[in-house]
Amino acid sequence: MLELQGIAVSPGVAIGKAIVFDREGYSIARCLVSRPEAQREWQRLVEAVSKAHQVLGTRGKETTDSWGANLGGIFSAQQQLLLDPHVRSEMEHLIRDNLYAAEYAVSEVFAKYAAAFRKASSSFLAERAADVRDVERTLLEALTGKPTQTFAEIPPGSIVVSHDLTPGETASFDTEKVLALCTEAGGPGGHTAIVARGMEIPAVVGVGNFLHNIRSGDELIIDGHLGRIFVSPDAPTRERYLKRRIARESIVSELSELKDLPAVTTDGVHVELMANVEFPNETQACLARGADGVGLYRTEFLYLGHDKEPTEEDHFLAYQQVLRDMQGRPVVIRTLDLGADKMGMTRPVEPENNPFLGLRSIRLSLRNPALFRVQVRAILRAASAGNCRIMFPMVTTLDEFRSAKFLLRSVADDLTCEGIRIPSTLRVGMMVEVPAAVLMLDRFIEEIDFVSIGTNDLTQYTLAVDRSNDSVADLYQACDPAVLRLIKRTQEITSEHGKSTSVCGEMSNNPAHALLLVGMGIRSLSLAPSTIPVIKKAIRSVTLGQCEAMAWRALRLGTAREVEAFLMNQLAGLVPEIVLQA
Amino acid sequence: MITRVVTVQNPEGLHMRPADKLVRAATNFQCQIELERAGQVADCRSMIGLLTLGAPQGTELTLRAQGPDAPMAIEAISRLFDSQFDDP
Repeated sequence: MLELQGIAVSPGVAIGKAIVFDREGYSIARCLVSRPEAQREWQRLVEAVSKAHQVLGTRGKETTDSWGANLGGIFSAQQQLLLDPHVRSEMEHLIRDNLYAAEYAVSEVFAKYAAAFRKASSSFLAERAADVRDVERTLLEALTGKPTQTFAEIPPGSIVVSHDLTPGETASFDTEKVLALCTEAGGPGGHTAIVARGMEIPAVVGVGNFLHNIRSGDELIIDGHLGRIFVSPDAPTRERYLKRRIARESIVSELSELKDLPAVTTDGVHVELMANVEFPNETQACLARGADGVGLYRTEFLYLGHDKEPTEEDHFLAYQQVLRDMQGRPVVIRTLDLGADKMGMTRPVEPENNPFLGLRSIRLSLRNPALFRVQVRAILRAASAGNCRIMFPMVTTLDEFRSAKFLLRSVADDLTCEGIRIPSTLRVGMMVEVPAAVLMLDRFIEEIDFVSIGTNDLTQYTLAVDRSNDSVADLYQACDPAVLRLIKRTQEITSEHGKSTSVCGEMSNNPAHALLLVGMGIRSLSLAPSTIPVIKKAIRSVTLGQCEAMAWRALRLGTAREVEAFLMNQLAGLVPEIVLQA
Repeated sequence: MITRVVTVQNPEGLHMRPADKLVRAATNFQCQIELERAGQVADCRSMIGLLTLGAPQGTELTLRAQGPDAPMAIEAISRLFDSQFDDP
């Protein structure tokens, strides 16, 4: 048994079989063949080796032509790895004597050498591990005649293990088959984390290098509460986790009894609990958990995990479904938040040195009005299907908000001319994610209908921390007093003008943070559907006065660590049953 | 069996391209050719074996050949080491 520690980003316990994707995202099944088939299997491999040899030769020639013999020579050297007599005899032994399928033999032998290289003390040799994996992949592709297995072909009961996952990859997972996610890289605010919570499956990220210690097919336990991973767990560990999974299910069912009760404090203050969703089918989870509406509908998932750009009709159908399913409850549709790490298949921007400070989100939409208009048209057309609100992300300046609203109005005029009715009550708001927008909010406020604070980006931009960078991820703290002050100021300005502020970042998912926000005057939270019950439980256990006292004290502390410790302590006193659960 | 001591002169050591040339040269001969570094022995026809020696610049290796064309093989391979494998 091997025990590893990472960052817990999505709660729950999963027990299943590992499916390991390396950086290229492929995996090999561990198959055996019958003895009579072994000869044919070996022949298949011999043919594949000669095919792969040709492929590498062509690659080498092309590289030499474009980049010179120095680089092209790498492929000649890779050919030698492919033809290495030891590699060959080991593969032959595995196929003929151990009856491995050719693919299995290839991955076994090459993985062994790649691991040996990686462990070598010389950095030169460690770097050669990548060449070994390159040769392996070429050979596997020659064997199967197709690109190696992708994320689309995951067997049921799998725990996906990878160096990192792009949002597009994560979005293409079949939730019926993927039990949990686990990555070497990533941090608490990264998109793997958000998507895993959206899918309601446990996830542990930021584990560090461990892929060489784990193989597809190994049994794994993922503890999404404590961030622990057990590879090939021993019997007592397995037993312990099976019990814990049962206990958790009973707490979940207990909380689900709160479904139809409102989120009110014991002294009668109502807090609106909305849901963050990415996919139209998540409305079922929203309704099942008793969400008051959708506070953040992330529309960029229309762009991710698909080969072609969505049409106006694709947008329209998705929005219409969500609005209808929510049966008159408010649905806040956020326009495209693409760019930076979330890129669709069609990359409309040049590579950037600093993507989070680059052409992303509303900036990207305003720069590509054709793309933006398609989405806005679809939203306006769908608006009459329910209680629709529209929200622009990452607004930094008033000019941006005005430009976006101008485009919205011109699209609305077009639609009116076409005879399409647009509800006159359509409210238009913005996300507050950039400190500049908070500082200038008193100027924005007359022109906006509502505000939603995106604490993830607000934290990142306030603290100048890239939340996906392992080296600084620990500095990323939504409870940093600087972030709290910005939230407080936003809430004060909006309430002075009789407008609402919602908080839709990760912060809302944490019971202690949620109570703090309520104490700071926030009356609307938008969170992952799966965490609605526990947040509702927390709110129903306290008085407004207790929350306000918490906020008063927290806002006077000096560091994120102090705030966090204080809040955890308070939560343990106020709602102990939730703390025990976590 | 013929033995000779050769020295890795390439600045980057016995890396991918030199090892590639070594394997190609070795396959031209019938004899068994081995390189030894401090007890670790690599078959000259095995890329992985040669890389695993992890020999940086300045390493002394024992070159051994056994078979009918061993003298020619030793000559050819020592020349490769001396010419730094003509590596750019």
